[in-house]
Amino acid sequence: MSTATEVHDHGDHAADHDDHGHAEHVDHPDSYYVKIAAVLAGITAAEVTLSYMHIGKAFLPILLTLMAIKFVMVVLFFMHLRFDSKWFNMAFWSGLILAILVYLAAITTFKFWGK
Amino acid sequence: MVAPRRSFRPLSEIAVHAPADAGHDDGHGGGHGHYSSLGLSNNKLGMWLFLGSECLLFGGLISTYMLYRGRVAKGPSPDQVYDIPFTSVSSFVLLMSSLTMVMAVTAAKRRDDRNTQLWLTVTALLGATFVGGQVYEFTSFYHEGMGFTTSLFTSSFYTLTGFHGVHVTVGIMMLLALRNIMSKSRIPGDKAEVVELIGLYWHFVDIIWIIIFTLVYLIPA
Repeated sequence: MSTATEVHDHGDHAADHDDHGHAEHVDHPDSYYVKIAAVLAGITAAEVTLSYMHIGKAFLPILLTLMAIKFVMVVLFFMHLRFDSKWFNMAFWSGLILAILVYLAAITTFKFWGK
Repeated sequence: MVAPRRSFRPLSEIAVHAPADAGHDDGHGGGHGHYSSLGLSNNKLGMWLFLGSECLLFGGLISTYMLYRGRVAKGPSPDQVYDIPFTSVSSFVLLMSSLTMVMAVTAAKRRDDRNTQLWLTVTALLGATFVGGQVYEFTSFYHEGMGFTTSLFTSSFYTLTGFHGVHVTVGIMMLLALRNIMSKSRIPGDKAEVVELIGLYWHFVDIIWIIIFTLVYLIPA
């Protein structure tokens, strides 16, 4: 297992790479990912605990926020999108945002005008 | 008046040069990947575009479930059948498989083939545990009178979670195939990138479950 964090230097080409939206190559030690997994497990435990508590109207927004935090953490840190090219970011987030908009529109159509 | 002729270079003469460090290919099997004109790995770009399009597939299935989860003409309702403690353990197992997958990717980047294969195997086993749990859950639901065509709720539930289960199963097959190919040293090109691509797919399957677990199981209908 690696113990040190290495940041590969791009040298003189760093600026060019940024212009093209290239990756910032950062290798993290395994302990970094274990900490993220521990946070994710903690959030999951909090979600399950919340589902057994009766906290009224706050339940739904809190649960959705926790879900979004877990989602973004996996994408940014485990999938390395935080350190990867902006083009990869665009490819993924545009698909996700399009999906959210399209299906929110579809659901509201059924809920408000479908009756 | 004769228009000046434009000269075209044959495609074969146009080389797209990858940056020296692109693809993390530092002697990792000696292969050179294919890169787009942006200097990005075509394989990785293709995988991200695929995952972006998968968001639309699962978005459709999730929103169909959200619309139909209250439509129970006959058979059990969601609250009567869901076993939250059991599904929470399954979710935890899948979440931890993302950790072991990222361990495999970092080991591959260190060119540590032994640990890469080990973490790939552990990830596949955790994935298989999750799928096994899903099969058990489906079987017990069926015995409780929840067939595929019992109600709109059951159809949309089985379609959504079934599609996800198939994705996990495909991921397990890819992990085991990769482990096998690695053990025979038959991976052409950048080994770390191949592991990373399969890792991206695996993490995607995990993030979809993060959404399904919350919206389907934890939020009451």
